[in-house]
Amino acid sequence: MGGLPAGKVERSEHDYAEWERRVDALMVLLSGIKGAQKLLTVDELRKNIEAIGPEAYDRMSYYERWVTSITQTMLQRGVITTEELARKMVEVKHRGG
Amino acid sequence: MSELGKYAPLTYFQLMEVSLRELLVEKGVVSDAEVDAVAADMKSRGFERGAKVVARAWSDPAYKRRLLADGSAACEELGLDIPALRLVVVENTPAVHNVIVCTLCSCYPRMLLGLPPDWYKSRNYRSRVVREPRAVLAEFGTRLPDQVAIRVHDSTADMRYMVLPLRPAGTEDWSEERLAGIVTRDSMIGVALAKAT
Amino acid sequence: MAAEALAARFKPGDRVRVMKAYPLGHIRTPYYIRGCSGVIERICGAFPNPEELAQMRSGLPAQPLYRVRFAQAEVWPDYRGGRDDTVDVEIFQHWLDKAAE
Repeated sequence: MGGLPAGKVERSEHDYAEWERRVDALMVLLSGIKGAQKLLTVDELRKNIEAIGPEAYDRMSYYERWVTSITQTMLQRGVITTEELARKMVEVKHRGG
Repeated sequence: MSELGKYAPLTYFQLMEVSLRELLVEKGVVSDAEVDAVAADMKSRGFERGAKVVARAWSDPAYKRRLLADGSAACEELGLDIPALRLVVVENTPAVHNVIVCTLCSCYPRMLLGLPPDWYKSRNYRSRVVREPRAVLAEFGTRLPDQVAIRVHDSTADMRYMVLPLRPAGTEDWSEERLAGIVTRDSMIGVALAKAT
Repeated sequence: MAAEALAARFKPGDRVRVMKAYPLGHIRTPYYIRGCSGVIERICGAFPNPEELAQMRSGLPAQPLYRVRFAQAEVWPDYRGGRDDTVDVEIFQHWLDKAAE
C-alpha cells in the first residue's frame, strides 16, 4: 500500500467496542502470545486479510476484517467446520432476538 | 426474561465474533475468562510503558546506549513483559527525525504503546507517510527544517519500532517521573515532538 | 540452532538490490521497494520465512532478515524533501542480491 495516492490523514480516534476488544484478545490468545496454545500464525492471519477483495476490504472496518480473517484461519486449520459455524450463528441469532 | 431493548441486533461480524468465540470455548481452545482478561488488559494499557522507557533513556545515558543497541533487552531490564518482542528503538537527534509506519498492515509496538490509533492503521497514513513524510507530519502540526533528515521505518517483518523523541530543552533537572509525563504517544510514533509544557 | 538457519550473505554497509518480482502469495516485501537498491543498515537476526508460515508450513530454515536503508530520492521519482531523507525496510535475504557499487 505504501506510496499509493491517498487523502489527508483523519486524526479522529474511536474508543474500541467490547466486541472489538474480544476480537483482539482472540488474536492474541490464538497466536500464542500470552503463552496459550498457538493455533495459528500472524502470517496466516495477514494472508487471509490480504485475500479479502479490495471492495469488501474498504467496506469493512478494521476489526471486521480481523474477525473474518481469524474465522477463515480457524476453518483452514480445521479447528472449526463450516457446519459448526453455520449452526452456531443461527443459534446465536435466534437467542439475540 | 426478554433481552429486547437492551442492545441493538448484532451485525453480521458481531454475530461472527460471538459464534466463533463460543465454538472455541466449547472446544476448550480458549476460556471466556481468558478472553475477558486479555481484553481488559489491553483496555487498561495505554502508552505509559513507552513513556517510562523514554524517560529512563533521557535520564541515564548508559541505559540509552543499551536501549539503542538492543531494545528488547533494555525493556526487560525495566521489568516490562514483552514476550517475543523484537524491538528497535530509533533516536531522534537535531540532525535526524524518525517516524514509524507499517505499510503492509498495522504492526505497532503494542506492548509499549497500547492499541494503535485509527489513523495509524488508515489507508491514508500507510500510503502517504512513506512517500511524503514531511507533508504528513505537517498535517500533524509538525514541521522540520530541510537540514533535518527524515527517516521513515516501515516495520514489514518481525521487528517493532519506537521513536526515542528528542528531549526538550529546559528539562535538565527533571525527575524521571516528570519527564515521563511529557512523553506523548504521537512523539513515540514520530508524528509529533515531545514538548516541555 | 545453526542447522535451522541459513548463513547471512550480507553485512552492514553492503549495497544490495531488491528483486523486482511480483509473485502471488503472502509477501512482506512492499511493492514500492522492489527493484530499488539500498545499503544494509543491520542484520536483525534469522526468522522463519513468513511466506511459508502463511501457507501453514514451518518456514524453516530461518532466513536472515536485514534492515535496508534506501535514499527516498532514489525510491520516488518525484520525492520532495530532504536529500538525506531515507526509508528503512526489513527485507528477507532471499529478496536481495548484491548490487553494483
